[in-house]
Amino acid sequence: MKLLVNGEEKITSPMSVYDFLLTIECDPRPIAVELNRAILAKNDYRTTFLLEGDQLEIVWFVGGG
Amino acid sequence: MILQNDSLKIAGREFRSRLMVGTGKYADFAQMAKAIEISGADIVTVAVRRVNISDRNKESLLDHIDLKKYTLLPNTAGCYSADDAVRTCRLAREAGLSDFVKLEVLGDEKTLFPNNEELLKAAKILVKEGFTVLPYTTDDPIVCKKLEDLGCAAVMPLGAPIGSGLGIRNPYNIRIIMETVKVPVIVDAGVGTASDAALAMELGCDGVLMNTAIAGAKDPIAMAEAMNLAVRAGRLAYLAGRIPRKLYATASSPLEGVIE
Repeated sequence: MKLLVNGEEKITSPMSVYDFLLTIECDPRPIAVELNRAILAKNDYRTTFLLEGDQLEIVWFVGGG
Repeated sequence: MILQNDSLKIAGREFRSRLMVGTGKYADFAQMAKAIEISGADIVTVAVRRVNISDRNKESLLDHIDLKKYTLLPNTAGCYSADDAVRTCRLAREAGLSDFVKLEVLGDEKTLFPNNEELLKAAKILVKEGFTVLPYTTDDPIVCKKLEDLGCAAVMPLGAPIGSGLGIRNPYNIRIIMETVKVPVIVDAGVGTASDAALAMELGCDGVLMNTAIAGAKDPIAMAEAMNLAVRAGRLAYLAGRIPRKLYATASSPLEGVIE
């Protein structure tokens, strides 16, 4: 199925947000995730399953002033 | 040792240092970490950006900042609308598990001056959602008062445009702001060198926030130390109470007993 992740199209099999983060080698600790523009709480990564066309924003902290 | 008992209080939290520093524009994380340490800052600003999902080799900034020692202040840099700024703050809270945010809503790319209309809109929403909002604003007492009335925990008027190094361009406005609001006044942006930071503190500001002045210096570590000293010297001079300015001389040595 197709997802839009940080503006890029990604093809993946159905899985939880947590498993998806692992497949893209993204440590779930220092990040925040928006699923279809709503914040997804860290506790919900394992129980939230991705659906066709879902839009994910995955952010973290970078240097800034 | 007056400074030992001096602290900056924001939203019920106490910070020993009145200097806040950014984490951007350093050559590498090691230099950044060293500069932060030498600066003595307790609060460090960070930006919220997309994780690069194609290149996962990048280290996390948080691997280089001890969260037991420093309070993160995520910013909304790059946001030009209240909606984008609010969205960024919600993400920052989830990533950092803290309510502190440096709210900036920019007006244009050339000046990076705030869009105060959108800033006020965003501040209202964020305060309602329980954020501790520290807004970057123009040095306008009226806007600062409005931000305070909305429930912001501090106001952060600019000294000069972000990254310009022009210093405190309107110290009189900063003084009026300090008389207008009760929340801490933190000069954010525009500092170029140590005397700028000292001036802000001598005016009676509660703190100074800077990034480029340190990270962009030829020797960022040395400048971090200079800023540490400048902020403390300025604060101490403010507490000590400077002499009034006079047009003519007043002799320092006694007039009595001069040889004839």
